[in-house]
Amino acid sequence: MTRVPLRPLARVLAARAQGENPDRIERENLRKRHEVLRDKARLRAEGRLVVLAGLFFCAFLVVGLKMGAIASSEPSEPRGHAPGAQIAAARADIVDRRGRILATNLVTHSLYAQPPMMVDPERAARELVKIFPDLEEERLLGWFTGDRKFLWIRKKISPEQKQAVFDIGEPGLLFGPREMRLYPNGPIAAHIMGGASFGREGVNAAEVIGVAGIEKAFDDRLRDPGRAGEPLRLTIDLTVQAAVERVLHGGMVMMNAKGATAVLMDAHTGEIAAMASLPDFDPNDRPRPLTEGDASDSPLFNRAVQGLYELGSTFKIFAVAQAMELGLVNPETMVNTRGPLTWGKFKIRDFHDYGAELSVTDVIVKSSNIGTARIAMDIGANRQRAFLDRLGLLAPSPVELVEAPGVVPLTPPNWSEISTMTISYGHGLSASPLHLATAYATLLNGGRRVTPTLVRDGPVARGPRILSEETSRVARDMLRQVVTRGTASFGEVPGYAVGGKTGTADKPKTRGGGYYDDKVIATFASVFPAHDPRYVLVVSLDEPVETSGSKPRRTAGWTAVPVAAEMIRRVAPLLGLKPEIEPLTPTGVTLTSN
Amino acid sequence: MMRTMLFIVSTLAVIGLGYWAYVENYKTQASLNEVEKLQRDIGRMREELAVLRAEWAYLNRPDRLRDLADLNFDRLGLLPLSPEQFGRVDQIAYPPEETMLPVSDVIDVAGEIRP
Repeated sequence: MTRVPLRPLARVLAARAQGENPDRIERENLRKRHEVLRDKARLRAEGRLVVLAGLFFCAFLVVGLKMGAIASSEPSEPRGHAPGAQIAAARADIVDRRGRILATNLVTHSLYAQPPMMVDPERAARELVKIFPDLEEERLLGWFTGDRKFLWIRKKISPEQKQAVFDIGEPGLLFGPREMRLYPNGPIAAHIMGGASFGREGVNAAEVIGVAGIEKAFDDRLRDPGRAGEPLRLTIDLTVQAAVERVLHGGMVMMNAKGATAVLMDAHTGEIAAMASLPDFDPNDRPRPLTEGDASDSPLFNRAVQGLYELGSTFKIFAVAQAMELGLVNPETMVNTRGPLTWGKFKIRDFHDYGAELSVTDVIVKSSNIGTARIAMDIGANRQRAFLDRLGLLAPSPVELVEAPGVVPLTPPNWSEISTMTISYGHGLSASPLHLATAYATLLNGGRRVTPTLVRDGPVARGPRILSEETSRVARDMLRQVVTRGTASFGEVPGYAVGGKTGTADKPKTRGGGYYDDKVIATFASVFPAHDPRYVLVVSLDEPVETSGSKPRRTAGWTAVPVAAEMIRRVAPLLGLKPEIEPLTPTGVTLTSN
Repeated sequence: MMRTMLFIVSTLAVIGLGYWAYVENYKTQASLNEVEKLQRDIGRMREELAVLRAEWAYLNRPDRLRDLADLNFDRLGLLPLSPEQFGRVDQIAYPPEETMLPVSDVIDVAGEIRP
């Protein structure tokens, strides 16, 4: 580049000759030179901007093209990937506390027909009826020759049936794969499992959805593909559950009861080791719910959770424990039991006449309604209500079953003094056997609240304290005496120091208006071993009658207690409890000084 | 001369690299097919395993075991576990002391000598 001089001599001389200032020429030239420099710099900057824009354009173009490609192409599994965490489409298994399978999946097939593809509809219908005798040949033929393009014939078929249908050789009969829920143990723990059925169905797959029990309560967890590989672990023990159901069934038959239920719960953690309700059903082939009549007569009805019963004298220990906790009585306080106790038009009577007065311990041991009612009067309605609420007897049970939240215990609309008195001996308040087991566990484990649970995940936190260790110990001691010298004498199981309280409540008439004379709910709520509580067992029989004597006997001491005792004898060894010699209660020797 | 050599070498290099890419591509495809087959196998075996586990659970269901125990009571004599079957350590007798062979000068041979 040739450089233009700022003061060209010729122009300077010419300017001088004309008397002009030659500096103007220099300024003029300097300005021109600066303009040229500025134009060059601008051009360069503009060029850079264009390049940068081009680069950005290319980058966005690449991103956009890739997005378009991803959006418009068919999704496919990454082929070169080693699967890290297993993602399975199946519903997760359910296992018991020791990992034995309670519910799993099995691949079967469904059978459907496409009539337009059929070669010989008459023969197909004839052969199908031979394989599935409950189908009707005329209707099948009607469907096959009608204008339907598609119809389901069977939702689940076995491999043998599939082969037989295959052998018909009809191209219009087709199979779709089906994942089926299988409960290998049949009716064992049926009410806890609930059952499953198909949701949305397609030819190639169908959703399996839970319809009741734990299957429905944990439906989202069981269907979560990310957790399909890890089974849902329950607290129940299959062996214990089977033994409980066996003994309960035997007891129900022997005592001529129409239904029975048992709840076995860990006294400290609230984990339910077994929960049975009879009559039961097979969850593989869940019956339809009753459309008429009493829902509680259906085998689907879970008496342990859904059944609200007046549980009778088993409630007495709550009143006595609360009175001791409040310092109103001690086990030796004498209580007036002269009867009948009259309140307005109501009269409260005892099963026998127990004379003028009994100690508080004997009120429990002999099960005196009058004595308990008098203690409850001292406690008062508000305090009684608050205490029963803290024991969880006034709210739906928090157990993880889909039926549980809807079962609200029935309480009197107006908690009057007479209600306080009748509730103290278990009339006027209806709760489920599971509620009773939870309350007993809380009361007897040392006074810490337990939450009933069916799912085992990690250690259970200790609940808040409801009553003192000492009251709990005295209450256990009283219940132990009920078995050693009271109404539950058949409940003695050598080595396991059973303590418990019987309860016999007349059944209320379904249409209202009083109680039946000859229909009772017999309940035995027990704890074992009483000196070191481990498990709480509630056994309840619906309308039992024991006929070995000259007169039919219906009290819990003759019906529910022997069943519960046999259950403890069978189940305690399975739970790993060794028979122990009970520590002697301190004898009545007291230190005195004079 | 130098330039010709450079052309020949680079052409050969391109041919070689092309061949290498071709071979690697086919190897990759083969491995992917292998992986796919293995994953299918794994899936099938998982399914089989699930069936076997279901069958195991079905054959070990408590009702069946109880019936089998009843059926074979003559041979096995199985009864439900009862509290009496628990033992305590102090109920077990000490094992009898082993009788020692008398010590003698000669080498004793205990046991049977077979030809």
